[in-house]
Amino acid sequence: MSERVGIISVAQTKYHPNRADVSEEELSYEAIKQVLEETGISLSDIDSAVTCSQDFWDGRTISSMNIQHVVGAHLGHEDNISEDGINAVYAAMAQILSGRQDIVLVEAHTKESQTDKSMVENAAFDAISMRQLGLDFTSAAALQAKRYMYKYGITAEQCAMVAVRNRANAKNNPLAQEPMDITVDDVLGSKILVSPIRLLDTKPISDGACAMIMTTESRAKKLTKNPVWILGASNCYETHYLGDRDLADCDALTKAAKKAYSMAGITNPLRQIDVAEISTEYSYQEPLWFEGLGFCDRGKGGKLVESRVIKMGGNLPVNPSGGVLPGNPNGVAGMARVVEAVLQLRGEAGDRQIKGAKVALAHGYTGICGQHQAVMILGNI
Amino acid sequence: MATVTEKLEGMDVWLYHGQIYIPNTFSAGAVGSRFLIELRDKKRIMGMRCPTCNRVYVPARSICKDCFEQLDEWVEVSDKGTVLTYATDYETKSIQPTGSPIVYGIIQLDGADTGFVHMLGEVDPEQLRVGMRVQAVFQKEREGSILDIKYFKPLA
Repeated sequence: MSERVGIISVAQTKYHPNRADVSEEELSYEAIKQVLEETGISLSDIDSAVTCSQDFWDGRTISSMNIQHVVGAHLGHEDNISEDGINAVYAAMAQILSGRQDIVLVEAHTKESQTDKSMVENAAFDAISMRQLGLDFTSAAALQAKRYMYKYGITAEQCAMVAVRNRANAKNNPLAQEPMDITVDDVLGSKILVSPIRLLDTKPISDGACAMIMTTESRAKKLTKNPVWILGASNCYETHYLGDRDLADCDALTKAAKKAYSMAGITNPLRQIDVAEISTEYSYQEPLWFEGLGFCDRGKGGKLVESRVIKMGGNLPVNPSGGVLPGNPNGVAGMARVVEAVLQLRGEAGDRQIKGAKVALAHGYTGICGQHQAVMILGNI
Repeated sequence: MATVTEKLEGMDVWLYHGQIYIPNTFSAGAVGSRFLIELRDKKRIMGMRCPTCNRVYVPARSICKDCFEQLDEWVEVSDKGTVLTYATDYETKSIQPTGSPIVYGIIQLDGADTGFVHMLGEVDPEQLRVGMRVQAVFQKEREGSILDIKYFKPLA
């Protein structure tokens, strides 16, 4: 990228199982207010807003319609993304690179507590070939988990280690919903939802929002002392029908990562990236996404999960924040990974800070079995 | 549609219980329609072959994802196949077509190059394994739906 795009402020609400005390716009306002106060930017300075919300979760068509007054879109420009919020960050980046928008506000919110998760997810499946079977994201994920475990010998214990580590890391994150001290045995003894996925292999229902302000390189340098730059970003989509893919592999993530790495000059992710924030709604996804991200060869994700490399203090700590497993809502989860990456690069990650982090990776995905994958590389130099 | 309001206990907040009911009429399209009609009338599972990559897609569909070719070579595949993966859903959900637990499976039917997403039945969850051979069991009354196949049962 010739002209860089800077992120100058980020904020998240605390993630919570049921924010019945606020409406969606009040929830969004909590995050947006923070980024405006930090930067001194007023809503009237915002050239464009990119919002991220999903109609079925919000229970209305055109889900962004009720939040225009809190995103600066009242009599202003607004675009809505209904995939994961990391794609809203990408859209904002593209707007700024177009030269037509200077200051862009990005917002994502979801209140999963407001509806029936399995019904919303079931509606994502093709109506004729799959929806009538009663599949939801968890049962589809279980098909993927089983296939992955079978093909590469990944064990339930290795998946459980992911559930344990992420919830333990979340103890250093004051915004995390369910930080926990649990053991592999706790995970393996928790209730089976859809075998092989157990209760502690997945995340709880979650409500939350996040916001950020992005701008051009020159404006970013004037507006903040510690801007964070997008060094590379890419996404990749693959087929919807589950039988068309070998679910044990994640080709879309491999392609997205390669392109983002190439933009950012990353040839050896384990050595060149200081911290990674990865979206894993189900524990088996972490080793599988490791393979897609090129952190290890195909089938070796289980070994990497066991190693010190990805733990706090390792070469490439993964999810110091705890990631998605302790509770992040659909749609917000991947954008929250970008927010966490920014906090790390600004040295503002508190007890979960990776000292001296200069390059960070954020990952998000949308849809059934990681159909749509997005990777972003960020840096502070 | 419920239109109840209620006060949350201990909170001065009101909740509105709404439900959106929107009917949809989905077209299976020309290829999908024939696939469903073959299931209903002849208990045949039909695929479509790509003339460029030779892949046989099941369920039959009209466009190859890799070659972008419009497909028109119908192929009948076997009602028998091999389980590629499976998952047993122990939760009870309103979306489910039958009582729980439901065993889902992706089955590579003989003659197909893709997996077929469906359910497994007449099987003890303990006996499930990747690679097991299964055969389609059809409903007696069929209406032109993916559920005209009741499930796939293990081959003796």
